[in-house]
Amino acid sequence: MDLERSVGIVETKTATLGDLRLDNGSVLSPTLIAYETYGTLSPAKDNAILVCHALSGDAHAAGYHSSSEKRPGWWDDYIGPGKSFDTNQFFIISSNVIGGCKGSSGPISINPVSGKPYGSSFPFVSIKDMVEAQKLLIDSFGIQKLFCVAGGSMGGMQALQWSISYPDFLTNCIILASSPEHSAMQIAFNEVGRQAILSDPNWNNGLYEDNASPRKGLALARMVGHITYLSDDKMREKFGRNPPRGNLLNSDFAVGSYLIYQGESFVDRFDANSYIYVTKALDHFSLGKGQELTKALSPAQCRFLIISYSSDWLYPPAQSREIVKSLEAADKRVFYVELNTKEGHDSFLLPNAKQEDVINGFLKMPVDE
Amino acid sequence: MIASKVLSSKTLRERPDFAYILDTISPGSRVLDLGCGNGDLLYLLKQKGIRGQGIEKDEDAIVECIRKGVYVHHGDIDEGLSHHEDKRFDYVILNQTIQETRHPGDIIKEGLRIGKRVIIVFPNFGYWEVRFRILFQGKTPVTDLLPYRWFNTPNLHFLSVLDFEEFCQIRGFTVEDKAFFTDLKQVRFRANFFAKLALFQIR
Repeated sequence: MDLERSVGIVETKTATLGDLRLDNGSVLSPTLIAYETYGTLSPAKDNAILVCHALSGDAHAAGYHSSSEKRPGWWDDYIGPGKSFDTNQFFIISSNVIGGCKGSSGPISINPVSGKPYGSSFPFVSIKDMVEAQKLLIDSFGIQKLFCVAGGSMGGMQALQWSISYPDFLTNCIILASSPEHSAMQIAFNEVGRQAILSDPNWNNGLYEDNASPRKGLALARMVGHITYLSDDKMREKFGRNPPRGNLLNSDFAVGSYLIYQGESFVDRFDANSYIYVTKALDHFSLGKGQELTKALSPAQCRFLIISYSSDWLYPPAQSREIVKSLEAADKRVFYVELNTKEGHDSFLLPNAKQEDVINGFLKMPVDE
Repeated sequence: MIASKVLSSKTLRERPDFAYILDTISPGSRVLDLGCGNGDLLYLLKQKGIRGQGIEKDEDAIVECIRKGVYVHHGDIDEGLSHHEDKRFDYVILNQTIQETRHPGDIIKEGLRIGKRVIIVFPNFGYWEVRFRILFQGKTPVTDLLPYRWFNTPNLHFLSVLDFEEFCQIRGFTVEDKAFFTDLKQVRFRANFFAKLALFQIR
């Protein structure tokens, strides 16, 4: 544990906020949001940055929950004293999304009407709803304007939605490895994952008990997902074709064992219903293409930094360019860089000196330029 | 911040073309710099209150631009600028870019669609030193403005002042202004022979 540049020991808190009317018309009451904060909110409350997580992420973005925790939060390389999101300067808020299973309102929450977990009776949640819930949280801090909203992948969609839902509420917006809408291929991968869950004997229409959940289906869903987060090069480098033994009954390739391990460990920390809700939110998110997208983005007032990664085949650079071109067509202020990486979609999470440089430069720009 | 300012004043002294462009464009204008490199020119324009934006294909140069706070798009200008509206910019600049593009005519035409004026700066292949190198060495010239060898040059085209004037005539571009430079000063006499660098403003 390198505490010198770490935010140290942190705690996930839960805010209980008011009613939230969702996109589909139903009302979430109360709205619970799990979150963590790092750094100090300035007296003027003008140094806050909201960090949005990806599909299976959570509020734990930096630091450690205990001295025995082996791995820090998911964006620890970028959040901390002297890091890109410098906690000496900024007040960082990382909030968990609604619909998930890491402490915010979601399918495993107790339905106040029935006294039991919602399961699949939890209302449909959109990316826009996730943003609305985050807005309630930010309001509860008394913050009038965020200095920046940043996120990768699904977090990037939230950041993009923030820029148009609340144009006057953010100065900067950072979108990494993201997309204005899912392609058929992206939906297809998510559909395979959902079908794996639905075909698990324990599925029970989403009304499964905690001790008899569709573990196998969720593990399979994660395995498919995990393939898409890596790159062929990275997998080749990590596993190659080793070791092929030709055993029909066991997983005989290293990459297979690795995926099985990833799938099984995921089941212990994620809920199958949440996987369905969150992937559906991703698939339904659509700001359109071409002129439609330009129109959708026209309310935005903030500055944008868009980053894509050469080896990302799940959210390829062309999707980021689509956002960039539409922003430019709508006459917005935008920086765009495609970083040359080998690690695939996960690149945005990994240490990268150029990414640090770019984020630092962007956040240091005077507010009015 | 201090470091980039030192760099900028040095750059300006060594780049009479930058100084000329800074003089030409008035504050409040909007500029698109095609092939903006590390953003030095855009940074200077920004200091003068000119809203600039660049396109560049080199990753390190892009990182440098963002560090300077210069709005930049990582991409290839040969792959289209079609998303930009007609006459969105007051000036489109191609500073030592045109010789590296696959289809210079198309790029300039596109530049004239999205910009009211296009400023083109290129190394003059008619410069006396270039001519002498070919004549006396019999080899593809390597000079400070054409610093590459034949096998590693990004330059696809080699053009002189006369070539470009002829090109403007053929394509029907109106030359509104031109300026020629050697190392630190402007050239006003027999430009195609004495100028290392040529600047044309067309419409």
